[in-house]
Amino acid sequence: MSKLSLTVFPNYQEAAGELTSFSPSLLLQKGRLLDPQQGLDAVGDVRLQGDKIVQVGNNLPPLAGERVVSCQGLVLAPGFIDMHVHLREPGYEYKEDIASGSQAALAGGFAQICCMPNTYPICDNRSVVEFIKQQAAHANGAIVWPIAAITKGEAGYELSEMVELRQAGVVAFSDDGRPVINGEVMRNALEYSSMLGVPVISHLEDPYLSEGRVMHHGAVSTRLGLKGIPAAAEEIMAYRDLQLAKLVDGQIHLAHLSAAGTVELLRQGKERGIKASGEVTVHHLLLTHEMVAESGYDSNTKVNPPLRTEEDRQALLVGLREGVIDAIVTDHAPHHLDDKRMDFDGAAFGISGLDVAVALILSRLVSRGELSLERMITAFTTGPAQILGLTPPSLTPGSSANITVLDLQLTQEIAATALKSKGKNMPYLGWTLTGWPVMTIVRGKLYAHPSLA
Amino acid sequence: MRRLPRKDILGLEEISTQEMDIILATARSMKELVQSPVKKESSLKGKVVINLFYEPSTRTRSSFELAGKYLGGDVINITTATSSVVKGESLLDTARTILMMGCDVLVVRHSSSGSPHFLAQHLSCSVINAGDGMHEHPTQGLLDLFTIRDQLGSVAGKRVVILGDVAHSRVARSNIWALTKFGAKVTVCGPKTLIPVEVRSLGVEVSYDADTALAEADVINVLRLQLERQHKGLFPSIREYHAGWGLNQRRLNLAKPGALVLHPGPMNRGVEISSDIADGDQSLIEEQVTNGVAIRMALLHLLVGEVARDE
Ligand SMILES: [Zn+2]
Repeated sequence: MSKLSLTVFPNYQEAAGELTSFSPSLLLQKGRLLDPQQGLDAVGDVRLQGDKIVQVGNNLPPLAGERVVSCQGLVLAPGFIDMHVHLREPGYEYKEDIASGSQAALAGGFAQICCMPNTYPICDNRSVVEFIKQQAAHANGAIVWPIAAITKGEAGYELSEMVELRQAGVVAFSDDGRPVINGEVMRNALEYSSMLGVPVISHLEDPYLSEGRVMHHGAVSTRLGLKGIPAAAEEIMAYRDLQLAKLVDGQIHLAHLSAAGTVELLRQGKERGIKASGEVTVHHLLLTHEMVAESGYDSNTKVNPPLRTEEDRQALLVGLREGVIDAIVTDHAPHHLDDKRMDFDGAAFGISGLDVAVALILSRLVSRGELSLERMITAFTTGPAQILGLTPPSLTPGSSANITVLDLQLTQEIAATALKSKGKNMPYLGWTLTGWPVMTIVRGKLYAHPSLA
Repeated sequence: MRRLPRKDILGLEEISTQEMDIILATARSMKELVQSPVKKESSLKGKVVINLFYEPSTRTRSSFELAGKYLGGDVINITTATSSVVKGESLLDTARTILMMGCDVLVVRHSSSGSPHFLAQHLSCSVINAGDGMHEHPTQGLLDLFTIRDQLGSVAGKRVVILGDVAHSRVARSNIWALTKFGAKVTVCGPKTLIPVEVRSLGVEVSYDADTALAEADVINVLRLQLERQHKGLFPSIREYHAGWGLNQRRLNLAKPGALVLHPGPMNRGVEISSDIADGDQSLIEEQVTNGVAIRMALLHLLVGEVARDE
């Protein structure tokens, strides 16, 4: 393991010349190659050249000058995608920036991430998209795909210039952080964007049912005296948006499902042939509203949509297992300590997650038999890729050299100081997890987790 | 010299009946002190109590103030009008500043549920919750329990109706914990929009019909109605509220003869309670005020007071 002593190596630039001059190729030896989409689960070697996987096989002889990394006992999976993160730049760099966020992604096992447009200024025009791409190119982190706003300024009225934004490289449209209140606007957004082959991602929230409310409406909110957001606030909008997608033959993606009823609506929507998909966050898969009480009003449990009941959590798990829910996401929402260290009502919504999401799923769901490793990998790869029209990550020769390497045995505690994200706001600090991403390969560049140093 | 196994009083949910018995027994002797001509004790001599109130409250604040002073402590009031809260200082910074001045007990009222818990986690001094949002008002719960026990001896098996806006009431929650832990049969009653169905999980009966709920009641605790709830659409009019859930003589007659009437104050006369009841023989509203001082003295004494010579 001493070969992995560098935190990031080789530190290639995008230019092909530099790449080749540093090292002709990289050989990952004797890993468990797990690519559910190809039906592949076997021990083998993978050779990377430039930004491509060039060879997969058994006992590949090392080439002259080739960098060899032993992956014995490790799982090699196609590089993970997190399709819902908040990188805060431009505008809120004190919470996170594109460099820190995309490096947190790498540390957490993600090769690609999609950033939401609720920055300042809002990502609703080409110049902000270009800025994000430029920052990402210099960030030495995961690949960053911008998502643009549905409406100008996320104000909910006029559509953003979707054609130009798509040409600039955005992979979806979303007013995430707030709902599109006006059904007519959502209808037009779904219809117009359907020319472009990318989805509209809906932040499901009836604001009249959620305004001024801070956690799930239920027994715990009643006991704690906190104002509750009913599950209906999400379900109502899910049904509206599914019907609108049906009406105009648009592509709708339901963000951060939190309620059992929404899972059911998505299931029915898919059965009715609507072009619909859905995602679930790591925290909704792991935590319930009881956490707010158990933590003594810890504002790190305050998130929107809120942590709901055990029945909701179970329904989300079932939906994920059965493929009703297509993707696992972090909804990575980093905040500064000053935004969180206050009373529950006053604190900001959101949980930071990129650094620890994969480890949490491995440790709390996969190792306990609640989710198969294959299903997890699919929900981090093919699932989001198909929604966004990205090339599905794969271990087959010719594919982009994006690979996530997992050590299912590694046991480590979550320490705030080890997080690459500026946002330490998570209710998991101090948790000990078994199963961690240990290397992430992005376009042929290899990142090794600092724990291996 | 703490004689409660805790630093803070945040809510009655986490306080045991044994602890409540200690508090009430101490309050009994404190009440005698309050009613004696010379109301000076020295158990809190050299101790500083700070009232940090983010919501206006004459009653609770002055009750804590007198409680501290009767025990010989120094009491300072900081209210939103005078504090740097208006300058945008954070709750934690304000509290830390206070702590640095040498505070032994911080009494806090805040509109956000859980804020005393937040402060207690970050401060080394004792924190007493004087009402947090819609969560708890533990000293009110204790003084109501004290007042009822004073009259009935025990609350076990007694029928207590909490009447009004339970959804938004911290008084209701603290009463529910105190009363149910001692075996009272508690019914909460009000219009459905002001009674969350989940309140059943706290171990109470729910009724939307005041006439039915009040039958055979031993105690009626009437909650203050925040009149602005009407504008939020939670009930159509004061008139309809009073007709449906206001406590008047006709309704009181449905309860057990001599049933006790409590109200945490301040009252909206003619809304949740009619004046003749508020001022009538069965009303304990003035008694509650005196008992409130005794309860707060007991808590201050038990948290930071010197052990008296005769103990
Ligand atoms: Zn959202």
